Amino acid sequence: MTKQTADNPNNQMVNSYTPFPARIDDILVETEDGNLKTFRIVLENQKDISKWNHVPGQFAMLSLAGRGEIPIGIASSPTEKGRILFTVNRAGVVTKALHQMETGSRIGVRGPLGNGFPVDSDLKGKNIVIIAGGFAFTTLRATLVYMLANRDNYGKITVIYGARTPGMLLYRDELKEWAGRNDLEVHVTIDSEAPGWDGLVGFVPTIAGEVAPSPENAAALICGPPIMIKFTMPPLEKIGWTDDQVYLSLENRMKCGLGVCGHCNVGPVYVCKDGPVFTREQVQRLPVEF
Amino acid sequence: MKILKLEKSDLDKWLAEWMKSSPVYAPVQSGFGSFYDWARLEQGRMPELLPGVPKSSIKTFLFPQPETLEEFSADPADPSAFILKAPKTAEQLTIIAGVRPCDARSVSLNALPYAKDPYYSNRLRNTALVGFTCETQCSTCFCTRTGGLPTGTEGLDIAITRMDNTFLAEILTQKGELLAEAGRTGTDAGGDALSRLEQSRKNSGSPVSSADDPAPILREKDLMALYQAPFWQEIAEPCLNCGACTFLCPTCYCFDIQDEVIRDRGRRIRYWDSCMFPLFTLHASGHNPRGLKLQRVRNRFMHKLKYFPERFGPISCVGCGRCIRECPVNIDIREVYTDLLAI
Amino acid sequence: MSDTNSTITLEIRARAGELLASGEVKAFLGFAEGSIPMATRPFIARTPEQAEKLVWNSFCVINPAGFLPEVLKSVEPSRGPKDPPPEGPLPRVGVVATGCWSRNMVVQMKENQVSRDRLVILGIGSRGMVSNKKVQAMVGGRDITAIEEGEHSLTVHCDGEKTEIHRWDVIRDNCRTCTHPDPVIFDYQIGDSAGERHIEDRYVQVDKIEAMSAAQRWQWFQNEISKCIRCYACRNACPLCYCPTCFVDDSRPQWVGKSTDPVDTSIFHILRAYHCAGRCTDCGACESVCPMGIRLRILTKKLEKDVLEMYGSEAGLDLEAPLPLATYTMNDPQQFIIKG
Repeated sequence: MTKQTADNPNNQMVNSYTPFPARIDDILVETEDGNLKTFRIVLENQKDISKWNHVPGQFAMLSLAGRGEIPIGIASSPTEKGRILFTVNRAGVVTKALHQMETGSRIGVRGPLGNGFPVDSDLKGKNIVIIAGGFAFTTLRATLVYMLANRDNYGKITVIYGARTPGMLLYRDELKEWAGRNDLEVHVTIDSEAPGWDGLVGFVPTIAGEVAPSPENAAALICGPPIMIKFTMPPLEKIGWTDDQVYLSLENRMKCGLGVCGHCNVGPVYVCKDGPVFTREQVQRLPVEF
Repeated sequence: MKILKLEKSDLDKWLAEWMKSSPVYAPVQSGFGSFYDWARLEQGRMPELLPGVPKSSIKTFLFPQPETLEEFSADPADPSAFILKAPKTAEQLTIIAGVRPCDARSVSLNALPYAKDPYYSNRLRNTALVGFTCETQCSTCFCTRTGGLPTGTEGLDIAITRMDNTFLAEILTQKGELLAEAGRTGTDAGGDALSRLEQSRKNSGSPVSSADDPAPILREKDLMALYQAPFWQEIAEPCLNCGACTFLCPTCYCFDIQDEVIRDRGRRIRYWDSCMFPLFTLHASGHNPRGLKLQRVRNRFMHKLKYFPERFGPISCVGCGRCIRECPVNIDIREVYTDLLAI
Repeated sequence: MSDTNSTITLEIRARAGELLASGEVKAFLGFAEGSIPMATRPFIARTPEQAEKLVWNSFCVINPAGFLPEVLKSVEPSRGPKDPPPEGPLPRVGVVATGCWSRNMVVQMKENQVSRDRLVILGIGSRGMVSNKKVQAMVGGRDITAIEEGEHSLTVHCDGEKTEIHRWDVIRDNCRTCTHPDPVIFDYQIGDSAGERHIEDRYVQVDKIEAMSAAQRWQWFQNEISKCIRCYACRNACPLCYCPTCFVDDSRPQWVGKSTDPVDTSIFHILRAYHCAGRCTDCGACESVCPMGIRLRILTKKLEKDVLEMYGSEAGLDLEAPLPLATYTMNDPQQFIIKG
């Protein structure tokens, strides 16, 4: 309280409930079913832009006045100045409304929220394995772009990414570009054979078992459906990976995003504030309420 | 700290003086079933204090529902349409009188999770709590088992204690001093007043220590051992999954946020939500991490008695007994304490 | 405990114990002693020993019918959502039932929520249940430390004093005007029949409100519901409310706001009452569980009166009779369609 007062001479607390006004700058349909779109957002106020600073793995509340708010992982890296990307799956009331919006429309952005991946601490100097399934690739894209921009801070980087079909892969242009780089190993897979696809075929856990590097001085960042995470662990454990090396990003229903409203708790932790990123070791000590 | 001596007529004068410049609320009795709840005082409507707590907790004032978080224009022609702005807060003091020590303590407990919440802080700054310490412990009271005391003053600006036919008012904060001044009556109770107060409390047989505070013990217990305890099924079985316990509880502070638009004006409000409701945790995908009644009942008690103390220290319960009194199926949190402490 | 209640308690325990011991039922749904005066706890006995915890007194105000679907499910062998139902008859559940509760079970059977052959019903002629709010009012809202129940009186302990109250003076409003205290379906009779009751002024509580002007009535309604905290205890205690997603909870579309704005609260209470029309047996659970003391059942009672007057139908009296609002006959009154 005293600290707050000291920071704010006029005794006005920072109101973290109020979103920044923003405009949709660009919309890209990502997947063949049209259910995933990437929204490029530009904050309207210069002071908000200069304050905005996020860590890969963090999320923000996208706010549609009159509809509500929805927590969405930030898909862009803080190194990509001037644009904030959100890849949004059409699922509930707010995301459906968002999908109907056009370039130039006004929305609100509240954030960045949560902890993010420890890209500048625990992950620094390590070999990194990024494992993603379906549309859970978003914050891992942010992480990968960040790591490529700070390439010297990390050892070998391996990406394993899978989707049901080629048309369900996110960021297809970038995947091609990354595959051409020699400081990065990229394995993109789809669930079953498809016409015109000459890449890997098979589920993410299988591919992970085949290509995952040694756990020595390494960390794995895994995002995907729970079933994928469940089956990805045994092949990793088989070659010596331990739970403290594995980073997961949890999801739960959220309202405030500030650790107050109580919706997203998993035991004593709040996914919105203490997470969404946890090591698997931390998760194993919690009730399975996510 | 200053202690003032007041006659009953002085107390009435205080209330009457305060009412001239501020809204004053206090418990009164009315209507069906001896409905005992907070009401705004006016000349002629004075508080009638019964032993124990009124129906609703004082979160009704500090965490009111609905509370407008932001307002916006929904008129597309308006250049600032859909920009959310927090409403201006009026700096108007509200006085809540007749607050029991348990309710007062809930205000400081809720301030822990709400430490950075501007709405709660504004209301806290603009609310004065004038308490009456308890002479009687009701059959559903158990503040001494939560770290509180019937004579506790935590969270109060003024604490009033009856001594025979007069009252001693402990002026505890700057806000309390302003109120005492505005009351324009009362005499200094003398230098030995505090020791007299303490002596009288001792003599009354009222508990003087909260030795039964379970927080230190529960903090040390293994989280998953409590979570997986065998008794949850039996506790949860009769539960109706209504929100009576959570909404009457002074320390249940969860909320939901929703937008409302009427014609071209919109507002974003927050209102009480309950972890007893299945919707509380339902994902947009249809997956529900606490889809079972047992999981929800367990979460409510685990939050109060394990998760909250792990995070903040004290348990999130002040022993007011409202949930025990009003639970339609008589789920008694005191039994849950006993069960958890036995693990 | 009164003689009647102790006799009934012993008979319930004996019968429930036998049913559980013989395996005729897998669970028995009744009431156990509460932890504070005037409280009982819905209780599910699963062993003959647990049946000894069952009690019967004047504070059994929760309608056990509401728990039946859940308890019935709990005794079924566990299976996945796509597994076929097991072969052979499913395990049965025993339950206590007074007049109104048994009528709710009939409604549940007609609406395919429970099946008759999975229930073993212990029928009890009701002497009416006591309203704890009325008792509370009798002692001026003071803390009640104990209550002793006599045959026709209650002894209330308060501040070290004892107050004797006549039982009928604190009987719940719904029980006071009850015309069917005896169960309409049962397998075993427990205690004596309560006999048919002839109540002259069955709708006296509704008539009083109806006599008001429209403005007064609205004022009365607004005043009552102003206390509502939207905890949904009324809805959740009601055996008629079993929709997987209630209209107040639905967000796609959102029918009603969720806060305590008078408009939203009004919609909730009016629609809740209408959903119960032609189905409500006036068991009074909604009003008994309301923590804010709202006189909710006047709304459902009014609809009960209308359905009786317009369609000659009373809910849950007859397993074969059609549901009044799901049936059309040429004789149906149509004042609301054709004026005159």
